[in-house]
Amino acid sequence: MNNLLKVSPSPHIHARDDTKKLMSGVIIALIPAFIASVYYFGWGAVIVTLTSVLSCVFFEYVIQKYLIRGPVTVTDWSAVVTGLLLAFNVPSNLPVYIIIIGSLVAIGVGKMSFGGLGNNPFNPALVGRVFLLISFPVRMTTWPVPSGFKTGYADAVTGATPLGIVKEGLRNGETIHQLMAQVPDHMQMFYGHMGGSMGEVSAVALLLGFAYLLIRKIITWHIPVAVTGSVVIFTLILWLINPEKNSDPLFHLLTGGVLLGAIFMATDYVTSPMVPKAMLIYGAGIGIITVIIRVYGSYPEGVSFAILIMNAFVPLMNAYIKPRRFGEEVKNG
Amino acid sequence: MLKTFPRGGVHPPENKLTAGCPIEVLPLPQSVTIPITQHLGATPVITVNKGDKVLAGQLIARAGGYISANVHSSVSGTISKIDVITDISGYKQTCIFIDVSGDEWVGDIDRNPDIIKEIRHTPEEIIQKCLDAGIVGMGGATFPAHVKLKIPAGKKCNLLIINGVECEPYLTSDHRLMLEKGEEVITGARIMMKALGVTRAIIGIENNKPDAIEHLGSLLNGQEDIIIQPLKVKYPQGGEKQLIKALTGREVPPGGLPIDVGVIVHNAGTAFAVYEAVQKNKPLFERVVTVTGNSLKKPGNFLVRIGTPVVKLIEAAGGLPENTGKIISGGPMMGKALSNTQIPVVKGTSGIVVFSEKESARIPYGPCIRCSKCVSVCPMGLEPYLLMALSEKELYERIRNERVTDCMECGSCSFVCPAHRPLLDYIRLGKSTVIKMMREKSMK
Amino acid sequence: MSHTILITVVVLGSVGLTASIILYFVSQKFKVYEDPRIDIIQEALPGANCGGCGFTGCRNFAEALVKAENLDGLYCPVGGATVMANVANILGKEVVAAEPLVAVVRCQGSPEYRPRTSVYDGAKDCRIAHNLYGGETDCHYGCLGFGDCVRACKFDAIYMDEKTQLPVIIDDKCVACGACVKACPRNIIELRKKAKKDRKIFVSCVNCDKGGTARKACKVACIGCNKCFNVCEFGAITIKNNLAYIDSFKCTFCRKCVTECPTNAIIELNFPPRKIKAEAAQEPSKEQ
Repeated sequence: MNNLLKVSPSPHIHARDDTKKLMSGVIIALIPAFIASVYYFGWGAVIVTLTSVLSCVFFEYVIQKYLIRGPVTVTDWSAVVTGLLLAFNVPSNLPVYIIIIGSLVAIGVGKMSFGGLGNNPFNPALVGRVFLLISFPVRMTTWPVPSGFKTGYADAVTGATPLGIVKEGLRNGETIHQLMAQVPDHMQMFYGHMGGSMGEVSAVALLLGFAYLLIRKIITWHIPVAVTGSVVIFTLILWLINPEKNSDPLFHLLTGGVLLGAIFMATDYVTSPMVPKAMLIYGAGIGIITVIIRVYGSYPEGVSFAILIMNAFVPLMNAYIKPRRFGEEVKNG
Repeated sequence: MLKTFPRGGVHPPENKLTAGCPIEVLPLPQSVTIPITQHLGATPVITVNKGDKVLAGQLIARAGGYISANVHSSVSGTISKIDVITDISGYKQTCIFIDVSGDEWVGDIDRNPDIIKEIRHTPEEIIQKCLDAGIVGMGGATFPAHVKLKIPAGKKCNLLIINGVECEPYLTSDHRLMLEKGEEVITGARIMMKALGVTRAIIGIENNKPDAIEHLGSLLNGQEDIIIQPLKVKYPQGGEKQLIKALTGREVPPGGLPIDVGVIVHNAGTAFAVYEAVQKNKPLFERVVTVTGNSLKKPGNFLVRIGTPVVKLIEAAGGLPENTGKIISGGPMMGKALSNTQIPVVKGTSGIVVFSEKESARIPYGPCIRCSKCVSVCPMGLEPYLLMALSEKELYERIRNERVTDCMECGSCSFVCPAHRPLLDYIRLGKSTVIKMMREKSMK
Repeated sequence: MSHTILITVVVLGSVGLTASIILYFVSQKFKVYEDPRIDIIQEALPGANCGGCGFTGCRNFAEALVKAENLDGLYCPVGGATVMANVANILGKEVVAAEPLVAVVRCQGSPEYRPRTSVYDGAKDCRIAHNLYGGETDCHYGCLGFGDCVRACKFDAIYMDEKTQLPVIIDDKCVACGACVKACPRNIIELRKKAKKDRKIFVSCVNCDKGGTARKACKVACIGCNKCFNVCEFGAITIKNNLAYIDSFKCTFCRKCVTECPTNAIIELNFPPRKIKAEAAQEPSKEQ
């Protein structure tokens, strides 16, 4: 006998996936959205993304090594994902110092203060983004007009987003019919030719990412379908009731951060429920709150807030919504 | 459309390296160590002494109760001592050490290889012969078979299921048995049906054994009483609750047994052992063991005498490789890792899997990332991430309410966890503590 | 402007007043009467909530003390005799002084004496390893070294020695609450009588295998040879299942058994060095 045998409890084999592979899968799924954002917004997109990713990783490293003095886990790439998602949620002309503050809040407050990966109740990228929205409202709500590499960065020409145009217009008494002429048509919005945060504009890129995530089995269909489904249903109802005061469901789906939120933000492992039944309720809740904020609230966009609000309910859902146990009688109804 | 169980399950790489290897008879070792407890249930009483001469098939320990099993000598020779050594349980247990000389079998064993299909015995006689032969569940559970051939009062049984699934990666002993001794397995199933008084049986086989499915199908040749049902390849299809669900749609209630839904499940190897016991008067003292592993030179399926030290099997498979990390008795998902190679083969040893250092490496684990993969793969509908957290914090009342006792320890959760958390290690701890607590409470 | 302020003040003021009236009546109606002595006793207790008294927390123990007929069987190991005397004083009851105890680890199976025969690669928890198999050595009774006892101690009185891979108890900090005793799945830690100057004599082994098997697994195992039993003049030693045991309440510290033991399984701690013999150099772990 050459060396000692190892003894451990079963199972003795393991699936090939680990945290890093899952995170790298999410990063790959975000590549189409990144390419789209560079295509539409030029250098600004590159600068914002790089700054966000690098500062998120930097802050996680520094906090783990010097503040907590524990193991450094930046190599599991979860900070990279947070950085990318934070970048995709902000305008492409956001100044560097604001991005860095956002990263510090996202990682420091949104993730590390709760105990690091796995312990945070709120989506870190959204914590950072909402903090920036409230602290720098003007900077966070002026979006560059998409002109490819001519857009520039600090000197970008800015314009309103379709949602902004509609919200303002409705307040001024214009009808939907009139407003639809002022915004890009549905096809343009599908490809992403509109104002908005960097990663949310291109529906086609996001859907490609969704397909990749499903194939790699990184997420299941429940949350994205529940979010988009409830947004469609409720905007459909409102649109049918009054087509002149409410935009059609497709408009709502393609503008703002619904798709980005449904596919990448709401499906964040740590802050979403564990049981498929609960995931559907969670997604539906996000959709409903988004629509309420968009239609009745003063913000034109509500996905970030909707997700954070539903994040708060996730522990409750995990505690009370249990999977059906094998052998349990199926309750009537 | 292949049948399967609807929820949970994983797909570990099959690695059925020895599926094409015919069963070889392992040469007799120089000595065997036969543990007296190779089954679930009461400890048997030793009926021999040091210095006695024994024949293969001779009784050396008598069942210690109803739920217990006889133990027979697997070789002819002299009993050198009765002592303790480390066995498959990980602890030192009483074993009977026999020095082998020759290969004489007990007189009334019929060594003629001709297949006897006619079942001449009554159900009571069948059960008695199984009891006498010391037959236990050969899939690894080692529950005394004769207990599962008699329907308890107040219960009904309308179906016998033969478990030919062998869902564990690497293992092929049931596969080869069904291929090479198919007629005997089918006759064994019919013997069990007679003992139970049922007229229907289904043999469930995973779809990665098409030759076995075809062979058994052709042997049955349209007879109606036994059906071969191919099943989708998914672990743990061979777990009896999942097998019953896939084949019949019935779910065994928590804390219940298959008989509660009118079904009895027996392993294909047990059916073979029943055939040999009833038709050939042969007690259970040898079995087919798969010896396999990517680093072995000559993996294969061997017919091994009970009590043979594992080192002899590995020698027959080409010797222990240089960088061996782990040796597993059973399959890699639910088997037990051995601490040394002197541990003997017992009635429930379905395979020996050898892993290199690299294959057996365990990665240090991180915090739970709440990906819910463990929840989606649990075939029993439990939440492994929660059970591990509760077990770590010793919250045993809560963990009992989370139905930890339903856990069948299949290992799917630990297998799939991206953070490499030792979910099953802690769940097992919680489960055993809760069972102990419940037992203590019921005794008060 | 002042109209708005007036209305605001009146409305909020009346809401506040109504709420406080309702709350007052509700608190009176649902008031739970509690013996005021429970609070006083709880103050007198150490407040560590360690469970050493057998109750879940000092408050529950305080309740039990107030409700009890007499204080027999109720003892706070952390507070010890002083706190119990105080409690008895407050309640006007008698208290029986209990013998002070200290935890003792009864295993010396470091890698030097007890060679490793396998490597445990599972979760580093003694109970999990114990349920799995006998351990990384051939002694299936000995310490597994994964620290369940260290984690159980709330008083920082026990730590794992890096070199010997065995737990070490800091006598000054140990309050004999029994948490480590309960945590160890192999009953290796025991509460023994606390002698003056922290002196101890005990059989540092719990192996019940036959002598030959035990000795092969560990050089300092108890082999059940009975030599200590034969030499003890005070009947403090019993042999059961191939294992010797010294009753700490009968032992007079004569040290004869320590010299007799052929495997050095019996050890003495905190004694002055002996004057004679080269055997003193062979004593395994004097600096425990």
